[in-house]
Amino acid sequence: MLQFIFKRLIVIIPMALVVVTVTWGLIRTAPGNFYSTEKKLPPAIEKNIKEKYGLDKPWYVQYGKLMGNIIRLDFGDSLKYEGQSVNEIIWRHLPYSATIGFLAYLVALLIGLTAGIIAALRQNSAFDYSSMALSMLGLSVPNFVLGPILVLIFALWLFWLPPARWGGVSSVVMPVITLAAVYAAYIARLTRAGMLEVLRSDYIRTARAKGLDEKTVLLKHALRGGIIPVVSFTGPALASLLAGTVVVERVFAIPGLGNIFIQSVLNRDEPLILGIVAFLSILVMIFNLIVDISYGYLDPRIRYE
Amino acid sequence: MSEQNGKLLSVTDLRTYFQTEDGVVKAVDGISFELEKGETLGIVGESGSGKSVANLSIMRLIPEPPGKIVSGDILFDGVDVRGLPLEKVRDMRGKRMAMIFQDPMTSLNPFLKISTQLMEVTQLHLGHNKEQAYKHAIDMLRTVGIPAPEKRIDNYPHEFSGGMRQRVMIAMALSCEPELLIADEPTTALDVTIQAQILELIKDLRNDFGTSVILITHDLGVVAGMTDKIIVMYAGKVFEKAPTRELFKNPANPYTKGLLKSVPDPAHEEGTPLYQIPGLPPDVAHLPPGCPFEERCERAEDICKNEFPPFVQINENHHSLCHFAKEVYAESTGGGE
Repeated sequence: MLQFIFKRLIVIIPMALVVVTVTWGLIRTAPGNFYSTEKKLPPAIEKNIKEKYGLDKPWYVQYGKLMGNIIRLDFGDSLKYEGQSVNEIIWRHLPYSATIGFLAYLVALLIGLTAGIIAALRQNSAFDYSSMALSMLGLSVPNFVLGPILVLIFALWLFWLPPARWGGVSSVVMPVITLAAVYAAYIARLTRAGMLEVLRSDYIRTARAKGLDEKTVLLKHALRGGIIPVVSFTGPALASLLAGTVVVERVFAIPGLGNIFIQSVLNRDEPLILGIVAFLSILVMIFNLIVDISYGYLDPRIRYE
Repeated sequence: MSEQNGKLLSVTDLRTYFQTEDGVVKAVDGISFELEKGETLGIVGESGSGKSVANLSIMRLIPEPPGKIVSGDILFDGVDVRGLPLEKVRDMRGKRMAMIFQDPMTSLNPFLKISTQLMEVTQLHLGHNKEQAYKHAIDMLRTVGIPAPEKRIDNYPHEFSGGMRQRVMIAMALSCEPELLIADEPTTALDVTIQAQILELIKDLRNDFGTSVILITHDLGVVAGMTDKIIVMYAGKVFEKAPTRELFKNPANPYTKGLLKSVPDPAHEEGTPLYQIPGLPPDVAHLPPGCPFEERCERAEDICKNEFPPFVQINENHHSLCHFAKEVYAESTGGGE
């Protein structure tokens, strides 16, 4: 098991390098760069800038230097925010995204699992139909629509919550709900489908034939198999939630990682883009690893070596 | 305890219907039978004849909806199972009546250790504590012939072979020494060599524990060796009911005759094709007014198409659902087959 984890962790390094390489290639093939403006720069200044940032060297030298830095997890300084290292910027903005993301994750799990399990137990009941209709709505309404609607109702009409910006518990409520809606809806559907499949299976019939009550049948015999599809979904979902969601951070003016990521792309801030991309890809890979490990605990038929 | 005490189970005019988009499926439509204490009953029929549904009804395991026991009486040792609240039925399941299923690969919970699955039955019904239940589980595994049960008890189902899993299922079913064991095609999913072993095991344990057994199968060879009486089901109805010897010797129903003729006989002349009943079982959602077997029957006449056949009593224990039951019976006895 330890060996398996160790192997998977080792693999993360080359994978992250590949992701960074592809991103770097995309940035470089796109026209324009961080210093280009509407006005054409005088050639002398352009030459100075290129020399300062090492852009006058051949591409493979630049690439080699980049890779060397990344292996040491040093992404250098931001081009736009002078004097600030990329690592500093990421760590400064991450807590906002992580707070909202983690809360949204908990809310989504709580609502999704509960709704999904009850819907499965009472298949074709009013609760089943209404919760599944609601989840369809949750899946179909994009968060850039849901967010402003919430702002309109709770901030502008009812004055219950602040419309935007970070500060205090009340400012977290709407972003978390906006972010959690899609995930809760998806988890509810996954849970319902998973539970329905398991509840129809032969071993549940066996459990009932043994005289076990419905609570034991559900919690001891059905739940484990039923939530496996949810587990495989929630791992990567948690990664993307923690890393910040661009739209929600924009709508609610939260200084999170998603917001800064968009800014870095607009600014063509190459080190910052690469830093955030590497960070996110490592995060996704680690959460996938956690999912794989938890499979092993949920399902004894899965064993790693 | 006392075998002269008589009836363990009596089912009267049981009807279990399923509500589907295609209409009402009459999976079990008015079957009756009785089971004495210590007796073994075979229920034979093709797929979809309602034999499993009948027995799930006895355990009250029909998923409701879409299924429903529409009418009939199920008396288990004098207790009206059909009218019992579900909590009371649960007290009986696993303790007084137990069931083993067709596919041992899917009937055990793949996520739980064998020990957990065995122990929960006796903890629930016999009030065992953990140690007692664990010890009892090991004993049961030894009883059903699993080698080194102390070592295997904490394994997961996927670590057992199909035959071994069915042994585990039997151990689980018998761990509270139930009065009734329902075995729903216990050997269908197993290799032929294993089939004989499992049947032998059920037979031995039945004798040791004095359990009454209902053996459901589509294989007449299986029931021949170990049942006292047989009912033949077709399209949710009992087509023939007779003591085992009588049924094999003097069948009084064309369907039973067809089934018997379809059994491969090693003494049969080489090269001649094996007999088969032509056609397929009817759709029980859309049954014709007459005999449901009419289309496939060799001796069907006009009356079979239009009139539902009577349940003819041939002698004290022998009944057959056929317009020509007496004639068929006469052929069987006279033909000397």
